[in-house]
Order: sequence, then C-alpha cells, then structure tokens
Amino acid sequence: MKSLRAALAKLPAYLWSGWGAVASLLLLVAAWELVAQQYGPLVLPDPRSAFATLAHSLALGDAGPELMATARRALAGFASSVLVGSALGLLAGVSMTASMMSRPIVTVLLGTPPIAWLVLAMLWFGASDGTPVFTVFVAAFPVVFVGAMQGARTLDNQLKTMARAFALPPRMMFLDVYLPHVVSYLFPAWISALGISWKVVVMAELLSSPDGVGAALAVARSQLDTAATMSWIVAVVGLLLAVEYLLLEPLKREVERWREPGAAPGGAAT
Amino acid sequence: MTGAVAPALRVRGLQHAFGRETVLEGIDLELAAGEVVALVGPSGCGKTTLLHLCAQLQIADRGTIDDGFATRACMFQQPRLLPWKSALDNIAIVLAARGVGRDEREHRAREIGLRLGLAHEDFAKFPHQLSGGMQSRVALARALVVEPDLLLLDEPFSALDIGLREEMYRLLLDHLAARRVGVLMITHDLAEAVRLSGRILVMAAHPGRIVARIALDAPVAARDDEWIYQATARLLSRAEVRDSFGLPPLHAGRGRPARAPSASIGSDLRIVEGAPVLPFVRRTQRC
Repeated sequence: MKSLRAALAKLPAYLWSGWGAVASLLLLVAAWELVAQQYGPLVLPDPRSAFATLAHSLALGDAGPELMATARRALAGFASSVLVGSALGLLAGVSMTASMMSRPIVTVLLGTPPIAWLVLAMLWFGASDGTPVFTVFVAAFPVVFVGAMQGARTLDNQLKTMARAFALPPRMMFLDVYLPHVVSYLFPAWISALGISWKVVVMAELLSSPDGVGAALAVARSQLDTAATMSWIVAVVGLLLAVEYLLLEPLKREVERWREPGAAPGGAAT
Repeated sequence: MTGAVAPALRVRGLQHAFGRETVLEGIDLELAAGEVVALVGPSGCGKTTLLHLCAQLQIADRGTIDDGFATRACMFQQPRLLPWKSALDNIAIVLAARGVGRDEREHRAREIGLRLGLAHEDFAKFPHQLSGGMQSRVALARALVVEPDLLLLDEPFSALDIGLREEMYRLLLDHLAARRVGVLMITHDLAEAVRLSGRILVMAAHPGRIVARIALDAPVAARDDEWIYQATARLLSRAEVRDSFGLPPLHAGRGRPARAPSASIGSDLRIVEGAPVLPFVRRTQRC
C-alpha cells in the first residue's frame, strides 16, 4: 500500500520527464513529413493525413474493434508466454541439468523465424484466433524463458546462506530473498516479450485472420491506400508506447528502485 | 536442554569431507557462555566449513555438535545485506523471521543501529548507498539484534581499514561486556585473534585440524596495542603457528624466537598454554 502511494506520488514527475521522449518522437514525425513532401502522398502520405485517417476511422467505429481484436490476441499470446515461460524458466534455472539441456532448445526457438511458425500455425489452427495467439506465444516464450532461467541461475549463494543462517521461514525466503532478485531479471524479459508480441500479432493477422489490424493492413495494401496503412501503423505503435511507458516502465521503476543511486525506499523512512 | 549446566557449544570428533577430500578431521572444541574463541589458520584450512557446521548450515559427516545455546547469529566475510531492502529492514528482517511484530522490530532495529553508529538518515538507505563501514555496522546490528547467546563470526571485519576495524571491535566488545555471549570467530589475522579472544585454536590445512590451543589470560579490556603486538609476535614465533601458515621455521631452536620480544611489557599479561595439543594431531602434523 505504501509503495503504491509512493509510486502515485512520483507519477507527475515521471510524466513531466516524458517531454524529452515526446520531443524525440516529434522529431521523427518531422522527418516523416519531410520525406512525405519529397515523394508525394502515394509513396508516403504526410503525418497529418495519416492521423486524420485514423481519427476518421476511430470516429466511424471501424478502428476500435480491429484494435481490440489485435490487442486480445497479442495479450493472450503474451500472457501465456509469460506464465509458461516464467514458470518453466525458473524450474530450469533451479536445476543445472535442466538449464544445460534447455539452452540449445532455446537457441533453436529463438532462431526459428516467426513466419515459419505462422505457416505451421495456419495449418494447425486455420483462420481462428489460435493462429496469431500461438505464433505470438512461440515468438515471445523463449525470451521470457531465458530471462527467468537467468534469474534463477544467478541467485546469490551468499544471500541464501545468510538467509538460512538466520532461519528465515520459507515464505520470507521466497518473498524477500528469491522473488526480488528474480523479478529484476523477469521484468526486462517481459517488456521485450510484449514488444515482440505486438509486432508478431500484426504479421500473423496479415496472413491468417479475417479481422484485426493485420487484416486491415492487408486490405489497405490491396487498395494501395498508404494513408490507411500509415494510420494503422500509428495506432499499433501508439498503443505499444502507451502500454510500455504508462504501465510497464513506471512499474519497473517502482520494483527496481533499490538499484537507483539516489533512491530511498518509499515509506520505510518516517 | 543442558539443564542447570551453563550453555555451551561442544564439538566432538568432527570430520567432514567434500567429495574425496577430507576438509576437517578430529575437531574437538568447547565454547562456554561469555567466552571468545578464535580459530586461526591459513586460507583453505576448513575454518569456514567448521563455522558452517556449527551454524548448522551443513551436516557433518561424522562427529557431534551439541549446541546448548538458545539463540545463534552469524556474521560473514561480506556484509551480505539484501540489496533490495533498506538498512532498517535488513536489520529487522531477522526479527520478522522470529515473528516479532512490525513496530517492535523496527524499534529494536533502530535502537541497536543507533548504538552501533548508524545515523537516523542511514536507516532508509539501500545497502549500495552505504559505505563499506556502514554496511558492516548494519551486518553487525543484524547479528546482535536477536540478542544471540552464540555469535559465529567469519572474518567479518577483514575488508575494513584499521580505524574502522578498531571501532567495530570496540562496539562488539561493548556488547559482549553487557551480555554473556559465546563467540566463535574465524580470522587469519593473528593480531585480531590476540585482540579479542580468550582462547586461540590454531588450525592447519590438509586435512583441517587443530594443531595448537593457546589461552590468553589477560582481560580483554586490559590489552593495549603494545601488549597485542608482543603477544602476536610471540604467537608467531611458535613452531605450530609458523608451520600452519607455511612460514619458514625460526633459526634459533624449536619454536623459540631468535630474539624474544621484550618481557618488560606484558610480563603480567602472559600467553599460557591451554589444553595440550592432541596426541593424534602430533602424529599427523608432519604428513
């Protein structure tokens, strides 16, 4: 409760620090505008028309359901990869044999292109939600797995011995010794996995689904509608930015506050 | 457990091996309440293993450890603080493990922390924001906050500079003076052993065994730098000690220093021989 309050208290400062990020994004938009002026709207429509197209389709109610469908599939795949990857990765990290055995398998999984999984998934699941969800799961799983395994492998033996010497009960052993360490490995892995999920789901939808942002992109491509294409890209990337910087990054900062040089534990000092 | 008898740590015939290598053999020692016993020896002679066995962090292959003390606490070579917890929580966590309520444990942690030289603003800091000396204070506070009857120290101050080390000794001795705590401390620093302990057990390696037992009969409070220097020099002139640390034997005869340190100082503060060296150790000494 205390840490939640401390996190909320720091939110304005965090948002204010976002101006730098906003400025660099605007620079990117300016470059986009420049290229658009150079090559004309068929090659690259200017940002304003892309944003206008997005606003228009949002107002019409076309974009909402597509984005929802995409988000649903991405999050379903992401959630299952987080659950399964974290659990299996931690188990593998606890046992030396398991981690040695799983390393080459993980390399194979990481090395297999998602598009190859997508072809298999289309054969197995057809045009159902299963295809994008499975592809997302397979693409994100090894990243989470490796993070969890590293977290469990690198548990500090000295701290474990200390905790045993002071007879910490199992619950405290888990919550106060193991978990904070493992989380510091899991969290970055989860964030990368989310980025992967978001990219892979659009690709999977483009080839396999009747609806969702990927399907909408396929339609825009067949109609040579570059403005619509750019508006979908803006929507997807905007959502990812929002989830990452408004949800995950503040959460990560709160969880890893002990790493910062100038940090003080929230609420512990009175 | 031991009834009316004063609590003590009794180790009998301890033997331990890692794989096929015997690290400890025939270890006997006894530690009573209020007594400070130092284990000195070269690196790799099994000191830390012996301490871990006494702390019941490992199970011995053979022999018995009878720990009659009610509460036990450890300090390690490194502070070993949880990096994600504040200094206060690092101290209080061992009380939490004993089911002490939040307010009381924070109060007690704060009290002992202040006594050991932590400032109010240090309690909220994370370990990496504290200097090495402050981290050691937190680690000492964590060990003392449970008011242990048996304190197991594994070279806890070896990384500190000499001034800080002196201060930590003083803080530790103040605490020991107030309570009858049994202390088993590991060190490879003979001067540290001479400074703090009532008995010194000299260990040798391959396999780890006790080769000499030396009692220091001077009260700890009366030991000044000069006395410590003299006593350390005399300890270092003993054949078992030189042999254990791999030092070349002294020229002038068996275990006697070529020039004995001045006897004018510390003539009343003698090093006296304690229990005789175990016969079996004598046999294996030259192996």
